[in-house]
Amino acid sequence: MSAVEEAANEAPAVEAVPKRAMTLGYGTSLVVLALLIIVPMFLKNFFVFQLTMLLIYALAVLALNILTGGSGQFSLGQSAFYAVGAYTSAILMEHMGVNYALTLPVAGIICFGFGFLFGQPALRLSGIYLALATFALAVAMPQLLKLGFFEHWTGGVQGLVVTKPDAPFGLPISQDRWLYYFTLVVSIGIYIASVNLLKSRSGRAFMAIRDNEIAASAMGVDVALYKTLAFGVSAGITGVAGGLGAIAVQFVAPDGYTITLAISLFLGMVVGGVGWLPGSIVGSAFIIFVPNIAEHISKGLSGAVFGVLLFLVIFLVPHGARQVAMVAQQMLGKLKKN
Amino acid sequence: MPATLRTAAFGAAVAAFAFAPASALAQKKYDTGATDTEIRVGHIVPYSGPASAYGVIGKTEEAYFRMVNDNGGINGRKVKFVSYDDAYSPPKAVEQVRKLVESDEVLVVFNPLGTPSNSAIQKYLNAKKVPQLFVATGATKWNDPKHFPWTIGWQPSYQSEALIYAKYLMKEKPDAKVVVLYQNDDFGKDYVKGLKDGFGAKASMIVAEESYEISEPTIDSHIVKLKATGADVFISITTPKFAAQAIKKLAEIDWKPMHILSNVSISVGSVIKPAGFENAQGILSAAYAKDAADPQWQDDPGMKKFLALLDKYYPEADRLNTSVVYGYGAAQTLTKVLEMCGDNLTRENIMKQAANLKDFTPDTLLPGVKINTSTTDFAPIEQLQMMRFKGEKWDLFGDIISGEAGH
Repeated sequence: MSAVEEAANEAPAVEAVPKRAMTLGYGTSLVVLALLIIVPMFLKNFFVFQLTMLLIYALAVLALNILTGGSGQFSLGQSAFYAVGAYTSAILMEHMGVNYALTLPVAGIICFGFGFLFGQPALRLSGIYLALATFALAVAMPQLLKLGFFEHWTGGVQGLVVTKPDAPFGLPISQDRWLYYFTLVVSIGIYIASVNLLKSRSGRAFMAIRDNEIAASAMGVDVALYKTLAFGVSAGITGVAGGLGAIAVQFVAPDGYTITLAISLFLGMVVGGVGWLPGSIVGSAFIIFVPNIAEHISKGLSGAVFGVLLFLVIFLVPHGARQVAMVAQQMLGKLKKN
Repeated sequence: MPATLRTAAFGAAVAAFAFAPASALAQKKYDTGATDTEIRVGHIVPYSGPASAYGVIGKTEEAYFRMVNDNGGINGRKVKFVSYDDAYSPPKAVEQVRKLVESDEVLVVFNPLGTPSNSAIQKYLNAKKVPQLFVATGATKWNDPKHFPWTIGWQPSYQSEALIYAKYLMKEKPDAKVVVLYQNDDFGKDYVKGLKDGFGAKASMIVAEESYEISEPTIDSHIVKLKATGADVFISITTPKFAAQAIKKLAEIDWKPMHILSNVSISVGSVIKPAGFENAQGILSAAYAKDAADPQWQDDPGMKKFLALLDKYYPEADRLNTSVVYGYGAAQTLTKVLEMCGDNLTRENIMKQAANLKDFTPDTLLPGVKINTSTTDFAPIEQLQMMRFKGEKWDLFGDIISGEAGH
């Protein structure tokens, strides 16, 4: 069997999601946005910090969602891009005194380049093989960061401590709250850009490749270009998330970016619903809060409790938050008719 | 007239009422996390993840404070020990510590484990002026009261220990050719620095260094390479799995240098026994705590208290696990500091008392090893005793040696 036949017969790795089902309606978006703006005003700093992390991981999950849900490519290597973004921001801030806000675009661009380049060899791989190649990247990254060669910049195993920015213009809000709103603005910008990207010509090309590579190339889509582009965009957004993460946590060290992080992000995507961008925030909430709940239930068996909860989610709502949202929408529709 | 009198009396009563608690308050001073009945202590340790073996430290400490509470608490206050899992991940450590400080409102963060996790929370805790008490890592950087007045160490630093080996070698074997095998991380590198500092002008005694990555399946090739240098002293700065491999490999290739093993890997149960007792004879190391497996401590009153605690509050604990002994000692040190604070439970006073420990000896430390701190010395334990493996246990020898590093 030739490679072409093999590709043609292969079941699509990711279920086709129609374009319109990828986003939220206008009204719902506004409600969510209003909640995200108002709620933190009434919370303690610690919860604001947690919400900041929620947004940051949501960005990273969103990035993976564009790659997997959009173009149908798997990646278990997102932690590597996240680490590169985090280190870029940390090094620029601590060694070169660059303003934190300016480090984010740099982190994004460097990670875009990194992801684009990694996408080149990844072109030859698909499905689980691609997942394995990216897995290798995630495993290698913490060790690369420890290399003596980079130690002057990365701080080696000791990591780098990052200074947390104060609110500008003497605004009377705490560092945590300022950072939250800063992250919120960045996240909204990236979310809108991502939604538009998927609605655009490029987005349609991604989805055509996801649904059927051969058909897409017959339609004149440059498969190689768009596949690597998807990798680049995904890595770039992950890099920005990594940079924000470094600023929020105030510390980068190789141990923070292990394969566990990559798997968490993957988990977040599945729980949120593959290919459904608003699900990213639900997935992110799952990977941040559910381990804490599990620990609350049993300290010694927290891993097992987490496993059970995850199993329940996958078993009851295999399409994640998207399924819940759709069911809710249908019920609302019925109510309106009555 | 009676009306005025009544008012005056009332006023006096109010005044008395208002002043009475004020005078009591003058003696009792509290920061967030301490009340008349309770002291909240925060703690993080990896209960899950790659370093979850250290989780028993948290469980031992929890058992210790339960015992303290059953015996009436500290100066009448119960200890509420809030312990969270950080999975040995720095971002998670930051999240959990912030939760402890801002949500659970603990008075101190006690014995957080791991160099990366502690590095991640150090700046935050110092900015918040919350004590980061008795950190569970051997890095030397915790002893820096000038820049980080809210952070204090506990165990001897890796550099202190390395200094002791260097001192020993220069005295016993001044013409030694030393080779070093070390783990390529903060632990290994701190150690090598200590050795070099210890040898000082004679650093050329070290003829070769080899590092290994924790991900390497075996370190055989490094050992063969080190043997080829013709050295007669082998210093093994390894974690348990690799320490056992090294002991075995040395026997296999019939290389018999003087073998010095880092304190991290002295566990008889998890290192020496798997490597074979016959291969481990004559290995040198240093210790600061008693070994529960060692029969010489059978009638030791301190160890009896330790075992009694385990029997009553933590019966499933592995008595041979050095981490259990560790947790007991650390918890006892915190209890001592809180006792010294009396009714002045402010964070500032806690740091003051923690820096004012004089010749304090927890039950589980070797006789002669004492905890001493001062405003310029934030390294509580700095003494160790050399020991040699003989038969099926370690034999202590020589004097208690001090290896003050980093100042």
